[in-house]
Amino acid sequence: MTEPVLSVRGVVKRYGDHTVLDGISLDVREHEVVTVIGSSGSGKSTLLRCVNLLEELDDGQVLLDGVDVSDPRVDADVARRGMGIVFQAFNLFPHMTVLDNVTLAPRVVHRVPREEAERNALDLLDRVGLADRAGGYPEQLSGGQQQRVAIARALAYSPRLLLLDEITSALDPELVGEVLALVRELAEAGRTILMATHEMGFARQVADRVVFLDGGRLVESGPPEQVLGEPVHPRTRQFLRRIIDAGRL
Amino acid sequence: MTSELQRERLAYKRSRSRRSTLVALLSTAVFAAAVGVTVARAPGWPRVRQSFFNVEIAWRSLPAILEGLWLNLRVLAVCGVLIVVFALVVAVLRTLRGPVWFPLRVLATVYVDLFRGMPLIILLYLVGFGLPALRLTGVPNDFVVLGGAALVLAYTAFVAEVFRAGIESVHPSQVAAARSLGLGRRETMRLVVLPQAVRRVMPALLNDFVSLQKDCGLISVLGAVDAVRAAQIEQARAFNFTPYVVAGLLFVLLAVPTARFADALGRRVERRQGGR
Repeated sequence: MTEPVLSVRGVVKRYGDHTVLDGISLDVREHEVVTVIGSSGSGKSTLLRCVNLLEELDDGQVLLDGVDVSDPRVDADVARRGMGIVFQAFNLFPHMTVLDNVTLAPRVVHRVPREEAERNALDLLDRVGLADRAGGYPEQLSGGQQQRVAIARALAYSPRLLLLDEITSALDPELVGEVLALVRELAEAGRTILMATHEMGFARQVADRVVFLDGGRLVESGPPEQVLGEPVHPRTRQFLRRIIDAGRL
Repeated sequence: MTSELQRERLAYKRSRSRRSTLVALLSTAVFAAAVGVTVARAPGWPRVRQSFFNVEIAWRSLPAILEGLWLNLRVLAVCGVLIVVFALVVAVLRTLRGPVWFPLRVLATVYVDLFRGMPLIILLYLVGFGLPALRLTGVPNDFVVLGGAALVLAYTAFVAEVFRAGIESVHPSQVAAARSLGLGRRETMRLVVLPQAVRRVMPALLNDFVSLQKDCGLISVLGAVDAVRAAQIEQARAFNFTPYVVAGLLFVLLAVPTARFADALGRRVERRQGGR
């Protein structure tokens, strides 16, 4: 069996006395789409931020293509080049045009000449359906459009692994569809994706594997039809029942 | 085509606004006349006019004062640029993390604390008279240069704090986004944080610029012949305070465009943030 793209091993993260991640282990293989579900505060976002090295681990390891990138001797800036992350709140740079947002990392980090970077960025923006907005600023776009730009920005340097942190949670309901459709396309194109989400229906259709987090622990993991359809753990059942009651599944 | 109703309403609005303008004109005229008559009939007015608003003396002192003002403007231009550059450096030094930067961070903090609290006039005396008294080689003895240096020392501390406030107002998620793309700390600061920080503190910076415009007149205490000093010389010659009034009004005139520009910029920032 080949090396997983991402391997999370016994990761612990604490904020003061509060343990947010309590020994999480998880593998994501090439071309695999893994969705992380769980109630608010279960540690989904923290897990993604730890993988992206935006948070320092309190224990455990994060391996990217077999390399321990959580080692403090590893240059985190270099390690991050293998990953792209999209945030819940878009976090586009408001003082830059859409095009500059997308070309920033290729130009500055990967030293791609501006012309080439812009050509690639326009291709990407075309794929997310926003090539005509390249010269505009983020504040002139709708939430769904901003999030699609953020996805293009994360893809601009062809990362091995794409991290999606509840990317539809800040969107109006009618804008969720356009963003999820884009993620589905990426999944079908064979991208390796680790995605925290509240969209159970989407997880069921697109994910290869669903992981349920509760209280900082990985409670249940398996194919979506199993975890979402016939969960074995009482906590998973309880969580899913609440979701169903809220009409979200 | 507008409806009859709407046309009738527009006509009414127009007549109301004509009436408002007329009322404003009338009340202003009455008010101005009242003030004018009161002042002109006040017993001390002829003497006030003679010693503060003497047109003939104003006209005679104007060339010398304008020449002095030209010096103030040059000092302002050079100091303004130096202050922005140094203040940015100090502000960034204060935000640096990591043990290597500890001494620089402390130095920047001490510098800001010291020079922000020091009265400018004391700083001017210390730099303008104290430094040359040491007779060190390489220390300039031109009062304009020394006065400018004192201004730069004092204002850099102030403006650095304005910049730092701007840097800290940029949301951490912006830094997270930049770092997640692989940008290093320096690139993140230069390309993502600073551009947003500077834009946000622009109104505050312009306010400090107005303040600097008039404080440039303080180099006169060292003996540099600027607008204030020129006015003082003219005042002594004519034994009349009109030159001071002329110099003062010139400084005010200088500040007005900057103040209006700051207002306009502030409104624009407000609109942009409100729209988000």
